[in-house]
Amino acid sequence: MELLELRQIRKTYHLGEMDLEVLKGVTATVSKGELVALMGASGSGKSTLMNILGCLDRPSSGEYWLDGNEISLASVDERATLRNRLIGFVFQSFNLLARTSALDNVSMPLTYGPVHVHEDEMQERAAAMLKKVGLGDRMHHHPSQLSGGQQQRVAIARSLINRPRLLLADEPTGNLDSRTSEEILQMFRDLNEEEGLTIILVTHAQEVADHAKRSIRMKDGLIANEAELKGAHK
Amino acid sequence: MRALRIFKIALRALRRNVMRAMLTTLGIVIGVAAVIAMMEIGHGSTLAIQHTIATMGAYNLMIFPGNAMLAGISTGTGGSMRLSPGDADAILLDCPSVTAAAPVVWARAQAVYNNLNWQPGSLIGTTPSYLDVRDWGQMAEGNPFTERDVRNTSKVCVIGKTIEKMLFQDESPVGKEIRLMNVNFKVVGVLKAKGANMMGSDQDDIIIAPWTTIKYRVSGAYSSSTGVTTTTTTTILPSQVYPAAQAPLYPAASASQQADTPQPVRFANVNEIVVSARSGPEVKQAIDEITALLRERHHVHPNMPEDFTVRDMTEMVRTMSSTTELMTTLLLIVAAISLVVGGVGIMNIMLVSVTERTREIGLRMAVGAHGKDILRQFLTEAVVLCMLGGILGIGLGRATSWLVRTIKHWPTATSIGAIVAAFAVSATVGIIFGFYPAWKASRLDPIDALRYE
Repeated sequence: MELLELRQIRKTYHLGEMDLEVLKGVTATVSKGELVALMGASGSGKSTLMNILGCLDRPSSGEYWLDGNEISLASVDERATLRNRLIGFVFQSFNLLARTSALDNVSMPLTYGPVHVHEDEMQERAAAMLKKVGLGDRMHHHPSQLSGGQQQRVAIARSLINRPRLLLADEPTGNLDSRTSEEILQMFRDLNEEEGLTIILVTHAQEVADHAKRSIRMKDGLIANEAELKGAHK
Repeated sequence: MRALRIFKIALRALRRNVMRAMLTTLGIVIGVAAVIAMMEIGHGSTLAIQHTIATMGAYNLMIFPGNAMLAGISTGTGGSMRLSPGDADAILLDCPSVTAAAPVVWARAQAVYNNLNWQPGSLIGTTPSYLDVRDWGQMAEGNPFTERDVRNTSKVCVIGKTIEKMLFQDESPVGKEIRLMNVNFKVVGVLKAKGANMMGSDQDDIIIAPWTTIKYRVSGAYSSSTGVTTTTTTTILPSQVYPAAQAPLYPAASASQQADTPQPVRFANVNEIVVSARSGPEVKQAIDEITALLRERHHVHPNMPEDFTVRDMTEMVRTMSSTTELMTTLLLIVAAISLVVGGVGIMNIMLVSVTERTREIGLRMAVGAHGKDILRQFLTEAVVLCMLGGILGIGLGRATSWLVRTIKHWPTATSIGAIVAAFAVSATVGIIFGFYPAWKASRLDPIDALRYE
């Protein structure tokens, strides 16, 4: 079953007089429970595509279906609600709130949910998430008191707190050393295999992409090739 | 509940940088403190000024008897004899806006002490309440005469500073006797100096005695000569020159005797009643109350004009209210300026804060915050900051006014209104000056915000 489907996605930026077409008609699908790597050199349109996938941006034309919702025409507020409900973000630079405990960092997205969650329940759910990522004993630490790997795990816990359909990880290991990177990537694989979470890993590194079951390679605003890394040929 | 959470988030955000929050809100703290201190000190001064003006008689009302017609000839104000000391008592009793009332009898006489003599500027007969009406409570020396003296027609008086200087020079007048119309008055007290009144006449050139004494021992003939019932005699009787030597006070005269030898009748009318209203705004009300009461007491027909007139110190009252107004306006201007300066400080720091926290805003938007959530968050932060500043400022302002009161002994008055207003205004300043930065934050694009370095 398709979780997301892209049909002829185009994105054009207007830079003064000049129009810059970054995406030139991307068509792709990702099924539920997949672990996909989105690869490409810088300037290939990879980040733009990721922004559209994350509902942060709208395509200039084309259709984007996510979990049965058509996103390309959604308003700013509608997209915000969709992001809150359907998508978890993990960033290269963690983006944790400084001088805020891990617990509060993780529970933060619940504040913006459509239904009001009671303070105690927020704490409970955040604590459960932190235990799941192996930080049960660091709940009240501030980001500055945590290592890079631990910070990224807090970020992962935060991305999972709203039980998203899609986890978008933008260079999640870019700021980590190789051993920690391995741990984080293993965590993504576990989440994918054990909970059937759909994950898109945006990366430029082949070692990272190797952890994925499939990789989508971008080149000059188009999908260059879709190579099945593991499993059967498409 | 949601509001509570937003408030908590705002507090948490402010706690992340306590020092800066403190410095940011300092503008508001100082502004509000200045307002509160100025208000309390200014309010105190205003009250003091009002009190001073009140001492000058701004709240005083004067009631004069009205016009009387004698065979087609109008006597003008003061001609009728229908104002009585009983009216003064009734006014004090029945008019809630009145704090003191005293009947006044005028007289004119030469004051003599030993070899010195002097014509006092005013010689009046009244009750001790007169001193309350005129705010003349404190004596330079001795004591005022009493109600008992009024009842007993005692020959006592209090004198003003000018009289003391002119008749007694270096002596202490208390206990000495002065002569007025050949009646000996014992001086029981000396009034404090009051200086000239607004018209320039010397208010200390005065002798005050019980109205009964003045009326029946000094000015009996004088007062009744304008009366309606006595027929004037062409011969000057010794009794008119020396009223104290008058034979029986209540002559048992037959009708024919009365027609043959007319005797002055003891009238209990007074020339004036002075009244003091409770406060400036109550002067008008006091006039209404007195008018209604006296109309009833004098049985004035509803369709007829009053047989008395009530006068107030309109000009003085106006002066007073303009003084108060000036003071308040001045304070408001100072308050507005300081709060605007404080508000600009808040806006400045909130803009810095928004820029500094661009990534946080981007992140919050990425996880689903709407623009209005961000707007609300930053607005709440600004308002909380301002209100904390307001609370600190109120405390600081009150402390300042307390210091001024205890060290400099200036009068201050607590102004609840100012405290409430300062709090409300600081919250408003937070909303006004916090809105632009918050709006700017809410309009950020999450993609750019997340990438912001």
